[in-house]
Amino acid sequence: MAVCIAVIAKENYPLYIRSIPAEQELKFHYTVHTSLDVVDEKVSAMGKALVDQRELYLGLLYPTEDYKVSLLSRLGIPCVKSMFPNQLHRYGYVTNSKVKFVMVVDSSNTALRDNEIRSMFRKLHNSYTDVMCNPFYNPGDRIHSRAFDNMVTSMMVQVC
Amino acid sequence: MEPGAAAAVGTAGAVGAAASAGAPAAAAAAAAGASAAAVSASYCPLPLPLSDGEQQCYSELFARCCCAPATSSSFFSSSSSSSSSSSSSSSSSSSSSSSSSSAGHPQPAAELGRGASLPGPAATAGANQVGDLFRASQLPAETLHQITELCGAKRVGYFGLTQFYVALKLIAAAQSGLPVQVESIKCELPLPQFMALKNDEIRYSNPTELHGMKCQIPYVTMEKNSFKRVDDGEKQQEKMSPIMSPVSSPPSSPSSYQRVPLTYGYGKLRSGMDQMHAAPYETRQHTLQQEGSTSGSHGPKPTRRQTSLIQSLSVEREPQESNSNYPDDPWRITEEQREYYINQFKSLQPDLSSFISGSLAKNFFTKSKLTIPELSYIWELSDVDCDGALTLPEFCAAFHLIVARKNGYPLPESLPQTLQPDYLQTAFLKPKWDCALFDSYSESMPVNQQPRDLNRIESSIKEKTDLTAPAQDVNIDDKQALKISSVDEAMPKDLSVDTAAKPGLLPPPPALPPRPLMSQTEQVSEIELHPQLTRTPSQTEESGSPVKKDLPHTQPPSKPIRRKFRPENQVMENQEPSSVSGTSSVPTVPTVKPHASIQKQSSKQKKAIQTAIRKNKEANAVLARLNSELQQQLKEVHQERIALENQLEQLRPVTVL
Repeated sequence: MAVCIAVIAKENYPLYIRSIPAEQELKFHYTVHTSLDVVDEKVSAMGKALVDQRELYLGLLYPTEDYKVSLLSRLGIPCVKSMFPNQLHRYGYVTNSKVKFVMVVDSSNTALRDNEIRSMFRKLHNSYTDVMCNPFYNPGDRIHSRAFDNMVTSMMVQVC
Repeated sequence: MEPGAAAAVGTAGAVGAAASAGAPAAAAAAAAGASAAAVSASYCPLPLPLSDGEQQCYSELFARCCCAPATSSSFFSSSSSSSSSSSSSSSSSSSSSSSSSSAGHPQPAAELGRGASLPGPAATAGANQVGDLFRASQLPAETLHQITELCGAKRVGYFGLTQFYVALKLIAAAQSGLPVQVESIKCELPLPQFMALKNDEIRYSNPTELHGMKCQIPYVTMEKNSFKRVDDGEKQQEKMSPIMSPVSSPPSSPSSYQRVPLTYGYGKLRSGMDQMHAAPYETRQHTLQQEGSTSGSHGPKPTRRQTSLIQSLSVEREPQESNSNYPDDPWRITEEQREYYINQFKSLQPDLSSFISGSLAKNFFTKSKLTIPELSYIWELSDVDCDGALTLPEFCAAFHLIVARKNGYPLPESLPQTLQPDYLQTAFLKPKWDCALFDSYSESMPVNQQPRDLNRIESSIKEKTDLTAPAQDVNIDDKQALKISSVDEAMPKDLSVDTAAKPGLLPPPPALPPRPLMSQTEQVSEIELHPQLTRTPSQTEESGSPVKKDLPHTQPPSKPIRRKFRPENQVMENQEPSSVSGTSSVPTVPTVKPHASIQKQSSKQKKAIQTAIRKNKEANAVLARLNSELQQQLKEVHQERIALENQLEQLRPVTVL
């Protein structure tokens, strides 16, 4: 279950953060922020731009505390999966324009498959593109689009 | 016939008078009315003493409430007949003379009502219609609630004949000042009044008038900003009728008017331009009469309106007649609105089948003074394919939403069905034929571009068996051979889309000759082809050809075309055949002879072709961008691969050890 979905701009400030349950919002913000470092590291480690679709998906980020975060490189570098008995996984995704999506997922009940995460990111990316297409949206603004909200809600509920 | 008509529409004694009318229709209507009265009298198991006049009026009302949710086609006919009947009846009331022709009209309208009205005791009136009718009685909301409760509708859950009659009687009682109780209806009461009428007699048999009166209410309530959201549900035939009684004053309780059809708001928007009040309504009646009879000829009015509309994109609102033939649906675009939107679109983008870019639309819509978040939301709703540009249907939907918002309607959660682009697209095609839009197309499009596209159109048409282009074969034979082969490859992909689009386009108005019919569909297929054919080669070709004048302007289904942009693979494939076709064809279209209609069609055709070209250009730009991005990605992937292979080689000797 996606407990938190965040869209981070290129300059690493958030465009959209949404998390459930609400009281843990601050914790999720912190988590997302720390995972940005991992994302940056991953991006630079990968070399040039992560432009190809499959490289956009960064996979599980590294482990910290409660969160099982491990990096799964698309290029075949062996992934470090932590054995933390924790529930929350963080997944990262970078777009062409260096906009990052970070998703925190609670997989205590269902172990979400990689493909499902990918499809979720794809949906996110598509919705984000639609938001971009709106001429009234200035890049860098917070995302207020209702369609985007609905899509995120469906993801957070469905994955539940 | 006249007296019969007036009486039939009017109050007591109608039956006898109508029976004396000469026309068979009138006689039939009268007979129906008489039988209806008799039947309803026998049906009515009420303890109500209803006089003959009351019976008839009540049954008419009930019939209207029952049969109001008719299909749009029947609406059209009934509204056109009723609109002319309304004009005739109102004129007959105001001045005791009415033309014999118009006098004939009330009969069919009444007949329509009565014919369908013998629903018997088992029929139920639509709740919406009944609600609107009750509100038209100008009673406060609490009274209406009381009445509904008393008459038993709440108990049984629907408005049957008995409940309806009781309710009407109670309304009459309330209007006479009696307390709303069951006992009040026992006595003899005047007929209930629904909205102030010109005379004291009830005129609710005239739906347009009834609604016309309602027009006044929304105007007042709008100013007080007490609107609530109007649902999409079918409402009673509420048309913007100019036939408002001068007597009608703003209702005492505007708050009781809870649902205002959006069309009223639009009517106001439209009327805002003309700044017309009740006085000119008389003149409107005549125009309404005309328009009622000719469904498509909106030419004079819209142009008049359009100029003033353009001046005031915002608000001066007044109720105004509309030629709307639709059931009242706030999210449905009426003919006049559509005309206006189309003209606005043209002011931004003369090619009606092309897009308005996002920035252009943003500047335009920002003028409406709505907030940016709201505009953003409206864009989100209306840009269905999310490509950052608006086609004509999308633009109309967006404009409609903006006008709705300015009128105080909350924005819907999702795009209403009547504002969907495909719905609007099919709706556009038919009226487009008759519109006076033809005249606006006389601005010369680069004529050269047409034949090129026409060639492609025609070749594509050949693929489609459902089209027969006998007239055009003469012109296109020489070019077909070259095109067909190359186009064939592109065609199969389009066929499915085209055939889907075709049905919407195929029924052209019978007035037009078969040639334009063909060309309309050809145009469609042409447009659909364009995105798949490379534009740049085609455009160079187009510059040299003579004009072909017989294609009329149509509204090509831009939706399917634009969607094709997304599957780039499809586009890539098509670029091959398109380049072939582009280079190989040499248009040698013989110029068409001057026909007045043909010339118009050709100018429209030019417009269409230009639109297609523009669309193609845009698609081209998108594709080029995409291409460059993909190239870049490819390069990077290559580099990474090389790096990885190096690493692998370095690692290999280690493992060997």
